[in-house]
Amino acid sequence: MRNIFIEELINFTKKNKKVVLLVNDLGYSVVEKFAKLYPKQFYNAGVAEQNMMGIAAGMALEGHHVFVYSLGNFPTFRCAEQIRNDIDYHNLPVTIVNVGAGISYGNLGYSHHSIQDFGLMRLFSNFLIASPGDEYETKNVVNHLLKNPKPSYLRLAKSNNIKIHKKLIKTEEGKWLPIKINKKSNFTFLSTGITSYLTKDLLNKPEFKNYSHYSLPLWGSNLKKKQINQVKKWKKIIILEDHLEDGGFGSWMRESLANNNVNCKIITWSLKKDVIGKVGNQNYLLKKYLK
Amino acid sequence: MNKNKKLIFAKNTRKNILQLSYQAKSSHIGSCFSIIEILTILYNDIFKNYSKKNIKKYKNQFILSKGHACLALYCVLYEKKIINKKTLQSYGSNNSLLMSHVSHHVPGVDFSTGSLGHGLPVATGIALSLKSRKINKKTFVLISDGELNEGTTWESILFACHHKLNNLIIIIDYNKLQSLTFVKNTLNIEPLNKKFSSFGCKVFNINGHNYKQIKKALSFNSASKPIVIIANTIKGRGVSFMENNIEWHYKSPNLNQLKTAIKEINNA
Repeated sequence: MRNIFIEELINFTKKNKKVVLLVNDLGYSVVEKFAKLYPKQFYNAGVAEQNMMGIAAGMALEGHHVFVYSLGNFPTFRCAEQIRNDIDYHNLPVTIVNVGAGISYGNLGYSHHSIQDFGLMRLFSNFLIASPGDEYETKNVVNHLLKNPKPSYLRLAKSNNIKIHKKLIKTEEGKWLPIKINKKSNFTFLSTGITSYLTKDLLNKPEFKNYSHYSLPLWGSNLKKKQINQVKKWKKIIILEDHLEDGGFGSWMRESLANNNVNCKIITWSLKKDVIGKVGNQNYLLKKYLK
Repeated sequence: MNKNKKLIFAKNTRKNILQLSYQAKSSHIGSCFSIIEILTILYNDIFKNYSKKNIKKYKNQFILSKGHACLALYCVLYEKKIINKKTLQSYGSNNSLLMSHVSHHVPGVDFSTGSLGHGLPVATGIALSLKSRKINKKTFVLISDGELNEGTTWESILFACHHKLNNLIIIIDYNKLQSLTFVKNTLNIEPLNKKFSSFGCKVFNINGHNYKQIKKALSFNSASKPIVIIANTIKGRGVSFMENNIEWHYKSPNLNQLKTAIKEINNA
């Protein structure tokens, strides 16, 4: 996913001098091409994330669309107040890119697990959360962000070559994208991010064979109202996310529906707290702790 | 601006601060009074012809990182006719535009602060952008001595020196009093000159109430180094019973204190 991101960024920057890529001494084997092509639009802030986020705000004040590329909790929790006061409050075009969605870096331990980041980032009222699930969604979502500079959080998994959609389909903020439509029932899966691929096996199981599957790659604080009518079509929704339940995607959806008389059973399959302190590759951890 | 006009500008600003702090029962008079001469020079001599008409020309050229001293900036913007009397008088009232930490919703203010250690990184980003686009403009950021406790300050200095941001001017309001006690009793930050010059900054050590010294430092054109101006100031400067006294980080004057203070400023 990160390779798609950087390729799209490079293509867009050919015609756009406003784009800036900032890193905190991370991005080995990913960012070099951009840095070489556009040396005046690439800066390594060093291992200093709070300053980096302030610099991003300053450059955005001057009209740049700044992409801050990092992983894990470094571009979120480490500099949360800079995101809150400097970027979100001033509504500045800064896109924070986290290439370690969920437990992408499962073996690196708790410090590198992004399993509470939705909880933080969805608190910021101007932020759009971009959580693509496959190559097509990544390409679309990145282009959406490039064409619509605003405070945004792009959460990418490390995995490459994942295709859940059959083709490139238009991405809209707050809109569910169909992956499998099954008209035999009004039950569906709804996923965000990398968890979308998990349904491939699930949909073959007898108990889920009549389920549909949708993904929601673009969501956030401002897109709650858009959910009500989309949810109303269903009797039961199983939500998947590689995040703790508290503050996660499922919690966001439940908040979106609160006080709206929506007659739909919502079940959230999220990472259980037991995952904290455990290591393993992404597949292992998702299988064991996503329930 | 001639010296006499500067004195009147500063006097009016201090008197308005006193009056508004009294009305609003607000804090931070001491923090405002230590930076009056710096703001007077900046908005009259450095930002030439600063007015409502050409406010855009000065966009992003000043960040007040010590946002709690916002009243000083609001009163300067009033003297410069950027904000009107009605707006100024609303300070401290419900739903006022003028919140008690500097706000970008106020005309003439480009960036909100209030949490220490935020202004300098942002100013560094502005300076970097200007330099990368070869725009011949400077960015001034006014920080408190308390902000030298913040890690971000030193992260920014490292970055600014590495990128030779000679268009970044960092003014330190070195009034030597923090929130609870004196700077020297909180965390030792000395030797400041040596610290900043060893990082690679061009350092000025000046009397922060002396117009000539302020103007000289603020006007300096550096070849490749960011400029740090250690402005030695007195917290509460201008009213003897407020000077160098931690109480006036918090207190607002009562009516007697207000009258005494205004009298002292008028007679100065």
